[in-house]
Amino acid sequence: MLLIHCPYCEEDRSELEFRWAGEAHIARPDNIAAISDEEFAEYFFLRNNEKGLTYERWRHIHGCGRFFNAARDTVSDKFLMTYKAGLPKQPIPAETKAEAIAEEKTVETWEQMEGDAR
Amino acid sequence: MVDFGAEIATRTLPLAGAHGGSSVARLELAAPAERISLRVAAADVAALSAALGVDLPTEPKTSASANGRTAMWLGPDEWLVIADGPGEIGSGLMAEAAKASVPHSAADVSHRNTAILVSGPGAAATINTGCPQDLSLAAFPVGACSRTIFGKVEIVLLRTAEDVFRVEVWRSFSTYAFGLLAEGAGDAAL
Repeated sequence: MLLIHCPYCEEDRSELEFRWAGEAHIARPDNIAAISDEEFAEYFFLRNNEKGLTYERWRHIHGCGRFFNAARDTVSDKFLMTYKAGLPKQPIPAETKAEAIAEEKTVETWEQMEGDAR
Repeated sequence: MVDFGAEIATRTLPLAGAHGGSSVARLELAAPAERISLRVAAADVAALSAALGVDLPTEPKTSASANGRTAMWLGPDEWLVIADGPGEIGSGLMAEAAKASVPHSAADVSHRNTAILVSGPGAAATINTGCPQDLSLAAFPVGACSRTIFGKVEIVLLRTAEDVFRVEVWRSFSTYAFGLLAEGAGDAAL
């Protein structure tokens, strides 16, 4: 079971209390009526779906109910850090990042097992 | 016109007659209580505390009791207030909250919730059957409270004594919660 640190409860809680809420730091266009269909699609539908380090919104739905931001490694599923909603994108502390990358090498991904799909 | 008897509908309490427990954990139904779900901004907390006669706690996972009320911290701007003294379920808490002349939201949830009291040396083990929180006294001391998950339902958990917990659960989920607690009490006694 994963433990996720809630920045509002200031505590590590079980993943069972949380719900994923999509990619973080997507800014709504100032004048949404003026943008083209392509720009709207880019803003509204298209997500990066990055492999590795991603910034996501999570919600502590069965706890304090608040949305917050989390930096997560999608390869190892490790939460690198969490911070309150409304804050700008936070850099990953160097120590945490080095640790996460070291750990990533030990993860058996499909690519490592079956050949290089990248 | 046919006389159907009483003008007022008789309420059947959720879980009426339910019983369960084991040699290490007793399950009891709490008396009906008045409850409000309260939302208020940080700047106006003091005004609501004064109106309700209980200091709304601002630290995570804490509760406060005074004047027969218990206020539980659920989120940074959200509390569950229970009037745990005897008395009718009326609009006492609602009326008092309304006296505070600051913006807030108070919703009467007296009949939305019901409560199960879990007590005994195996109380924490019983709740941990379906709840992932650390219920050791160091992590969850007396007076600690938290909205959390129990099996498939959301509960608000309050520790009222070292071996007594109050489990607040929505009435429509109460049969499930009681059933799982009864199973957990049995397992805790093994």
